[in-house]
Amino acid sequence: MKFGIMVNEGPYTHQAADTAYQFAKAALEKGHKIHRVFFYHDGVNNATRLTEPPQDDRNIVQRWTKLAAEHKIDLVVCVAAALRRGIKEENLAEGFRISGLGQLIESGIQADRLVTFGD
Amino acid sequence: MTESTGGIEMEEATSGVVKKFLYVNRKAPYGTIYALESLEVVLVAAAFDQDVSLAFLDDGVYQIVKGQHTKGIDVKNFSPTYRALEGYDIEKLYVEKESMEARGLKTEDFLVDVKVVSAAEMTDIMTGQDVVLSF
Amino acid sequence: MLHTVNKSPFERNALDSCLAHAKKGSAILLIEDGVYAALKGTAPAKKIEQTTKTVPVYALQADVEARGMTGRVVDGVKMVDYGGFVDLVAEYPAVQSWL
Repeated sequence: MKFGIMVNEGPYTHQAADTAYQFAKAALEKGHKIHRVFFYHDGVNNATRLTEPPQDDRNIVQRWTKLAAEHKIDLVVCVAAALRRGIKEENLAEGFRISGLGQLIESGIQADRLVTFGD
Repeated sequence: MTESTGGIEMEEATSGVVKKFLYVNRKAPYGTIYALESLEVVLVAAAFDQDVSLAFLDDGVYQIVKGQHTKGIDVKNFSPTYRALEGYDIEKLYVEKESMEARGLKTEDFLVDVKVVSAAEMTDIMTGQDVVLSF
Repeated sequence: MLHTVNKSPFERNALDSCLAHAKKGSAILLIEDGVYAALKGTAPAKKIEQTTKTVPVYALQADVEARGMTGRVVDGVKMVDYGGFVDLVAEYPAVQSWL
């Protein structure tokens, strides 16, 4: 099955980014495919290159980068939401790309399921 | 690809597939950004010729109330945009009766034409959807 | 349809809204702070127990354990891991997140 994932909240403040990641990981382990992870609202903050969380806890941004690299997952950050919140190419973490809301709708159309993680 | 489709080649994206998309609005406007940004999704989604419905329940019913004057809070009043939906062929706007009544609202209070449905009817509408987006 | 609830019933009305819209043939999954709805001896848990008569209710075990609530989940609520979460999403034709 192909899953689309929508992440509506930023890293650390809400559990959404964590739950979304664990869901994606479990789906991949079961042999499913992730069509796209789309970051909207404060979810765009999952894509900042400038994050420096404490060493003894998970690094949410790097986790996404790693997952995307290992499994060739499309991590898309909504351009409008990103511009509002100061996420641009120059501070975008590796593995993420900035694009339009159309990518979210496309995921809804092309994936078998679209799951939203938010507040 | 155009900006209005958010960077998508339409034919490739849909290849004729039409799904039932439901946008669920349960939060009040201005206190958080969800109302505004969910509307932005709906506007982009209009280009994809899917079967779109909007559901307003719980505090989401406040999103479409008339008379929003936002000068005092210095935030853009985006409520007129709901009136533009019709022009995009998005006409299935459902408001839940129980949510409306609990908040003392009547259909005259809304700035767009809506279909008022009971929670039971809303349940049926929701259950029949292919894709449900919550904000 | 699969319904997920991720906020505590003591904080927000998401659970109540979900319960008002989950009919027979659906399933409910409690995740994140939503797992607090399933704790023995609470008013929400009574609603959950009632619900399990028509709609299966699941709770994400990892979230229950993280919150120190192991052993306090009402009977009738089935625990799942993230793999089980994935299976539920696959099993039902669509998923709705009650945020």
